[in-house]
Amino acid sequence: MVDWFQLSQFVLNGLIVGALYGVVAMSFVLIYKASQVVNFAQGEFLLVGAWVCWWLLTDWQLPFWLGFLFTLAFMTAFGLILQVVVLRPLIGEPVISVIMATIGLGIFFQALMKWIFGVFAKPFPPIFPVERVNVLGLEVQTAYLLSLVISILIMAGFAWFFTASKHGLAMRATAFDQQVAQSLGISVPKVFAMSWAISAVVSSVAGVVVGVVNGVSSALSFYGIKVFPAVILGGLDSVLGAVLGGLIVGVLENVAQYVDSEFLQWGNMYTIAPFYALILILLIKPYGLFGTRNIERV
Amino acid sequence: MAGEAEDGPVLEAVGVSLRFGGVRALTDVSFRVNRGEVFSIIGPNGAGKTSMVNCVSGRYRPTEGGIRFEGRDITRVPTRKRAAIGIGRTFQNLALFGHMTVLENIMVGRHHLLRRGFGPGMLWWIGGARREEIAHRREVEEIIDFLEIQHVRKAVAGQLSYGLRKRVELARAMALKPKLILLDEPMAGMNLEEKEDMARFIIDLNEEWGMTVLMIEHDMGVVMDISHRVVVLDFGRKIAEGRPEEVMADPHVRRAYLGEADEVVQEPDEAPAETMEPTAP
Repeated sequence: MVDWFQLSQFVLNGLIVGALYGVVAMSFVLIYKASQVVNFAQGEFLLVGAWVCWWLLTDWQLPFWLGFLFTLAFMTAFGLILQVVVLRPLIGEPVISVIMATIGLGIFFQALMKWIFGVFAKPFPPIFPVERVNVLGLEVQTAYLLSLVISILIMAGFAWFFTASKHGLAMRATAFDQQVAQSLGISVPKVFAMSWAISAVVSSVAGVVVGVVNGVSSALSFYGIKVFPAVILGGLDSVLGAVLGGLIVGVLENVAQYVDSEFLQWGNMYTIAPFYALILILLIKPYGLFGTRNIERV
Repeated sequence: MAGEAEDGPVLEAVGVSLRFGGVRALTDVSFRVNRGEVFSIIGPNGAGKTSMVNCVSGRYRPTEGGIRFEGRDITRVPTRKRAAIGIGRTFQNLALFGHMTVLENIMVGRHHLLRRGFGPGMLWWIGGARREEIAHRREVEEIIDFLEIQHVRKAVAGQLSYGLRKRVELARAMALKPKLILLDEPMAGMNLEEKEDMARFIIDLNEEWGMTVLMIEHDMGVVMDISHRVVVLDFGRKIAEGRPEEVMADPHVRRAYLGEADEVVQEPDEAPAETMEPTAP
């Protein structure tokens, strides 16, 4: 009855896409942790990164690795400038204003990309000699395989950054208490800027990978919405939770699609399942699996 | 320390006033802290002690007046730069990074001393970063030994007992290598034994580590025992400054502390502290 081969194919896809969600979710959590901003423009980071890389590869005919490096450099500057120009002046304003600003940023870049690059999906030039490879009998897109490697590298990088580097420690300190961090010589504006830059770069990596597989279009920014269930599941302020949340959401939507196509025939469960999960989580465990519960002491 | 040991005051508050809207937290407070001193700010609750320390650390900017550190006007220097030029502090309500280990907490205190940035840090096993790390760790371990918190160095700070957390916070401030260390009620909420330990640490960090100490403390016994000089604040004004025994003999101080029953409460705005007398029976 259950087609185990097909199911494991879906689960594998889920894990790979889930790792990407995890990466985007991590960069979302990074901003939230450092500056308590819920960034509704996270999906547009993927979009901008993917378009820039696409443009470098097609219009400038750069080799993939070079175009990719330039994209990362561009996104660093992009994140920094965004923070300094748009978000720094909003420090101290009510949270809701900052959130509105990020929604505005999302709409703006969504429209800007459509204006510059058009509304149709455009494929990346072929990058890998083979499109799909065989892993233990299961078919995997080469780009996804690469993305899995990159995701794991990024996650390891985050782990190193937060536990062993000076700036990672400063970022954790700032997330905990800005006043105390300042009294220890940490520049809070610098930490904020750095968190936006890293978040933009890391998101754009995910954007490029998805673009290589599916083509670049405004659909990419939907990832920004997709990471919500992942982040809420893991806990808004937990980097580890974001990774696990991403993996769970990836597997969940693929298994949902399998169950739907084989048995239920309701249609579109792939898109909707994570949000059902989101509602359930908010009902049962509103702080997520690893999030900190806010305890107010008077 | 020896390098810039010119015999000036380390810290000078010059006519510091601080207002929050209509509330006067501090009014024209001046004092000097000499190099190598243990200097205490005392006064009743709400006298402006913490506000004064916050002006020194940079959390508040005085409405009027200024703060000088080693002869340099730092009134407009932001908090984090004050940390870098040698002002460290602890907080009245414990402010440890609860999720981090003791060691990580202390390493954050070394932030401005760590040159290791993002790039070189990645290559730490190649370049000098490793040597740097070892040097830092050695100094941090010295502080840990000094404060006798070796046994908890890998523990998560938030799970320690209150007395230990206070010590870890002190260690974090010491890790900055400050010339001046600000201690906001280092012994609040401690039992006698913990207080005695803390008093010993303060004396040692002053005498052996060469740090000048500016301290707020409520326990008069401790203040009298370990302070070289004391300033007394009441209603945001300075009412006395001097050696502990001199200050305690001062009638204004006695009134502020003993709160004699026949005193008519006077608005501090209406009469300067010097002329405030108990007016009516």
